[in-house]
Amino acid sequence: MVPVAFEYHRAGSVAEALSLMAQHGEDAKILAGGHSMVPAMKLRLSTPTTVIDLGGVSDLKHITDKGDHIAIGAMATHWMVESSDVISAKAPALRDAAASIGDVQVRNRGTIGGAMAHSDPAADYPGPILALDASMVIQGPSGQRVVSATDYFVALWETAVQPDELLVEIRVPTTPMNANSCYEKFAQPASRYPYVGCAVAVDKSGGTCSDVRVGFSGVGHVGFRDSNVEGALKGQALSAASIKAAADTATNGVDVLSDWSVSEDYRRAMSRVYARRALTKVGL
Amino acid sequence: MKVSMTVNGVAVSHDVEPRTLLVQFLRENLGLTGTHVGCDTSSCGACTLILNGEAVKSCSLLAAQCEGAEVTTIEGLAASDGTLHPIQEGFREKHGLQCGYCTPGMIMSSVQLLQRNPNPSDQEIRHALEGNFCRCTGYDNIVKAVQWAASQS
Ligand SMILES: Cc1cc2nc3c(=O)[nH]c(=O)nc-3n(C[C@H](O)[C@H](O)[C@H](O)COP(=O)(O)OP(=O)(O)OC[C@H]3O[C@@H](n4cnc5c(N)ncnc54)[C@H](O)[C@@H]3O)c2cc1C
Ligand code: FES
Ligand code: FES
Repeated sequence: MVPVAFEYHRAGSVAEALSLMAQHGEDAKILAGGHSMVPAMKLRLSTPTTVIDLGGVSDLKHITDKGDHIAIGAMATHWMVESSDVISAKAPALRDAAASIGDVQVRNRGTIGGAMAHSDPAADYPGPILALDASMVIQGPSGQRVVSATDYFVALWETAVQPDELLVEIRVPTTPMNANSCYEKFAQPASRYPYVGCAVAVDKSGGTCSDVRVGFSGVGHVGFRDSNVEGALKGQALSAASIKAAADTATNGVDVLSDWSVSEDYRRAMSRVYARRALTKVGL
Repeated sequence: MKVSMTVNGVAVSHDVEPRTLLVQFLRENLGLTGTHVGCDTSSCGACTLILNGEAVKSCSLLAAQCEGAEVTTIEGLAASDGTLHPIQEGFREKHGLQCGYCTPGMIMSSVQLLQRNPNPSDQEIRHALEGNFCRCTGYDNIVKAVQWAASQS
């Protein structure tokens, strides 16, 4: 239960972290909240030779209303996201997801940046990040770049963040559509990771679905937008029947995960149920 | 490396390997064995303590991450004259423990809960203690113990 020995550095700023990363190369790992990494190091699934701790980088710990978007620092904890008034009011799907992660102790330490960089196929945030059309600010040796949610999730355990880069901020647009969003989750009863998590944001001015985004967590190798459901609902009058018809197309053509506890068919069926629940909650 | 923090109001400092977990620092360097280890997978919550005002699992943190921090463990909860904290009293009053292995973690998580929500419902208590496992009690008396403590203030 003890990690393999490593060298430890505590960065005081993003610039210092980046230069430590450049200095120590591929064998160095960034430590954020440590709640994916330390458990993996204890089990020796992860054996970095150098650990660079972001815990002292206080300017990554903000949640700020910037008018047209909410800026969330990578080191904001799940609890900060869960308890933020501005996120509750303007991006409730993200609040719902943060509040559903693990347990109180995990939410007190784990960070949104760590979760987004880790890209665990079972993580909660990808669905809401996609449904809210958020963007990720990534900083590397040559400066910052902004990546959209749809370009961010690359593959299992892989995101747009390169080995010499840091995820520094998540930006969530503050649109009326994002204020009308939610995340519905079918949690594994012991770990509380999602079997299926579905986030939706719906623009329903005048009872018609003029726009909708649907993002899934825990269902595929990475989080994904479901164009079947979006296409089936966009432009339709919102009713229990139109929502069910659209939700029933969820995951068509998508590779769905299966594991020891949940088969592919069951997860696909539950994806449809949770899409229907989420759409019903904010669509009707 | 040298790691310094304040534990139960006392400034402490030790030379440790960077891989030392916070729970090891407490148990092995400071001899504070009230914080328990019940699992290898960050699941059971027996190691819960209060770090800078927040309940955390000390088995899933490096001591190095807690440089300069304020830590409260179960040993630091009672008053200096030995008067038990209301939550400790509640666990005694309502038989909130049997073997007692989970109890320090349960109590520290309950401290966090009552700070954030002084009057929790049954459901809210169960939700707040999701990160703490008990093999003995069936949880009912733990919920009653926390309610008892809440009713004292
Ligand atoms: C008991 C338990 C239950 C959990 N349940 C859930 C759950 O239900 N749902 C869920 O989504 N998650 C769950 N988690 C995971 C939790 O959300 C983690 O906090 C999260 O996945 C990682 O965040 P962290 O800050 O702890 O990152 P760390 O563990 O510190 O880092 C994770 C990875 O990301 C890299 N990294 C971290 N920050 C950055 C950055 N800014 N830029 C670039 N790379 C970075 C690290 O190098 C590492 O590879 C659970 C964890 C535990 C221990
Ligand atoms: S010892 Fe089990 S969660 Fe820490
Ligand atoms: S009292 Fe024995 S584990 Fe809880």
